Amino acid sequence: MSDSTANGLVLAADGTPLKRSLSRAMRRQKIRAFMLVAPLLIFVLLTFIYPIGVMLSRSVQNDIVPETLPETVRVLGAWDASSGELPDEAVYAAFMRDMSVAIEAKRHTRLGSRLNYEKTGFSSMFRQSGRKMKKLDPVTDAPFKNKLIKIHKGWGDVETWKTLQTYSGLYTSGYFLNAVDARMTPEGMAWQPEDKQILLKLFGRTLVMSLIITGSCILLGYPIAWLLANVSPRNANLLLILVLLPFWTSLLVRTSAWKVMLQQNGVINEVLVWIGLVPDGDRLILINNEFGTIVAMTHILLPFMILPMYSVMQTIPPVYLRAAKSMGATNWTAFWRVYFPQSIPGIGAGSILVFILSIGYYITPEIVGGTKGVFISNRIAYHISSSLNWGLAAALGTILLIVVLALYWAYDRIVGIDNVKLG
Amino acid sequence: MAAPTPISRKPLSFVLPTAGGIGAFLGLFLGTGNGSGLIGMLLGAAVIAAMAYGFIVDLQNEKLAKWISVIGFGLVGYMFGGIILTIVAGLVGMFYHWLIYWLYEGRYRAKLLPYLTPGQVLWHYGFRCIAALIFIFLITPILVIIPLSFNAQDFFTYTPGMLRLDPDAYSLKHYQDFFTNNEWQRSLKNSLTIAPIATVISVSLGTLAAVGLSQSHMPFKGTIMAILISPMIVPLIISATGMFFFYSQLGQFMENSLGMDKNLVGYIKVILAHAVLGIPFVIITVTATLVGFDQSLTRAAANMGANPMTTFFRIQMPLILPGVISGGLFAFITSFDEVVVVLFIGSAGQKTLPWQMFTGLREQISPTILAVATILVVVSIGLLTVVELLRRRSERLRGMSPA
Repeated sequence: MSDSTANGLVLAADGTPLKRSLSRAMRRQKIRAFMLVAPLLIFVLLTFIYPIGVMLSRSVQNDIVPETLPETVRVLGAWDASSGELPDEAVYAAFMRDMSVAIEAKRHTRLGSRLNYEKTGFSSMFRQSGRKMKKLDPVTDAPFKNKLIKIHKGWGDVETWKTLQTYSGLYTSGYFLNAVDARMTPEGMAWQPEDKQILLKLFGRTLVMSLIITGSCILLGYPIAWLLANVSPRNANLLLILVLLPFWTSLLVRTSAWKVMLQQNGVINEVLVWIGLVPDGDRLILINNEFGTIVAMTHILLPFMILPMYSVMQTIPPVYLRAAKSMGATNWTAFWRVYFPQSIPGIGAGSILVFILSIGYYITPEIVGGTKGVFISNRIAYHISSSLNWGLAAALGTILLIVVLALYWAYDRIVGIDNVKLG
Repeated sequence: MAAPTPISRKPLSFVLPTAGGIGAFLGLFLGTGNGSGLIGMLLGAAVIAAMAYGFIVDLQNEKLAKWISVIGFGLVGYMFGGIILTIVAGLVGMFYHWLIYWLYEGRYRAKLLPYLTPGQVLWHYGFRCIAALIFIFLITPILVIIPLSFNAQDFFTYTPGMLRLDPDAYSLKHYQDFFTNNEWQRSLKNSLTIAPIATVISVSLGTLAAVGLSQSHMPFKGTIMAILISPMIVPLIISATGMFFFYSQLGQFMENSLGMDKNLVGYIKVILAHAVLGIPFVIITVTATLVGFDQSLTRAAANMGANPMTTFFRIQMPLILPGVISGGLFAFITSFDEVVVVLFIGSAGQKTLPWQMFTGLREQISPTILAVATILVVVSIGLLTVVELLRRRSERLRGMSPA
């Protein structure tokens, strides 16, 4: 149906060159496919990717200082902090002008609590000074230096102004430093005082406990997956229900079940006392510590380990094992040299899934973890809802996100995204 | 699968030590409880071995032996404790009776390949015991809470009355509390409002996108796929933190600039957040169904004059429906079970069922939680059945298509 013209071009029925008409049709199809995806893509970008971006920017954002004290920040920039002397009257006057605007808008307390994260005492200093500075007039009552120092002796402390100068930029690395138990001082980076160093320890504990949970999931999941892959399909379906039932059961249900099991008067302790393995007055402490978190989370995440392992093991032909044995391999050699290497992709997929899930777990550690078994995510929740140090929460979240993305990248390299299977 | 293996009776020199060894295991437990584990072990081994000897050599009647062991063990149990112990002991007796004849008659070989060595047979059963223990670990916590939800007392623990199977120790009062208490009912209503709407959003957008993604001409497929399933990969706590910042701004904007009702804004925020969390599940299940979809069917429909809409709704949709529904179920359960995000971005007006359970567990421990948990377990069994049926239907449908 296509004709050739004199110069060798193949033409479509309507006379346009076939190549062009094909590429037009292709383009139309591409646009149509893209239009189908577009609504969801926009939705996810707006309500998920953008919020994550907001979090990332929050972790370095410091605009509250330069926005509340614009003039002070400008004048203070010229002050030499290393001189050891207080800034001159110009700075105090600028500060007075900025503060009177801020007090009018009731923004000075927020600035105080922001700076309080960096140096304790700022919050009360701003609050107290705010009340008294309200009575001063920023024009007629000059000079201010001595008056301000009289209002609160903090304003006569070089350290105060040093801190203010350090945190006067629009962006700060302060939250990230805080997130790794360090802080930014006028002299550069320094470690937090000994008693305030908890976050690195918490990161370490989160990683170690996630590893332990992943390890116990492998230990418990491997035999189950092997059994599922090696019994008759009818039995496998029945056994699979036992795996899927916990998987489908609400997380809160399983967490409360572990509370019932592990507490002092819980099922495990009662049974142990009843058969006499444990004396009544000396019951085991199984909850509100690392043990409780590890057991409960292993139980909750075990299906996520079994299902990928099972789907990989299903594809390994059982004849390989028999062939190995018929050629003289012992049971162990046949398993270790023939079966196990083929099941590694399943272990990898399950492990990374479980590890990623456990590293960001919040609910279960919060309920069964007490103080010793909590994760970094509990700290994030604490900073969001109790201490209101949102910048630090964002910085902690960003670090966690980077760890997870790195792991996910590894996951993609090892098994590929498309191999995620459900149910 | 396995070739039928002829079974033969085993000599006493094999049956007695094996049965005795497994008896020693029981004795170890009971013995440790009552002072000495060693004596318990010896005693247990002796009792079971004697039982085996008596049954095999003297009695030679399997049915009668069964009754003797069940009643004998039951009586011992009754002497030491209540009804529960009697039943447990009776079951133990039944188990040992079965074990003795299983060993003696060589029944353990019947279903295995004939050429297996004794070591392999032992490993076969040992491995199944290990697997059984792991299954017990998986299921027990869920089963334990079910009887406890009928507790007549306000405790989270089994009372002595419950163990005696005393009818007075059981009641439905926690269920009654759940169905009459305003707070629980409001949270249930919230969950049942938020989850379906979020599911509808994620299923409708997700199915469209999955259809687009499965076409071979889709540009930037990998990147788009990665973005769409990212809500599943990013840990919830991070998503929740990001959404917390974003939705507080959005909420202020909607309340102040658009003048919307505060409560309505709260619902919108939670619904949008939950919809986004459910999307990866819809995408994954629907694209998986579309992999087996025969594209020539849509071409055939178009050939016969159907427009794209008709093709989609009359040809494609019925075939991928199982995938869509199970994706929808995943999305529903994600929203219905979600706590972290709603804790961060919701206000008291949007308190959902899991949230109510979470505060209940953390602050005041009320057994109503267990009643709710039991109801949810029943619901999840229902959901599991639906998904399984859908999966089978989908496989059947796909088996029919020429691809």
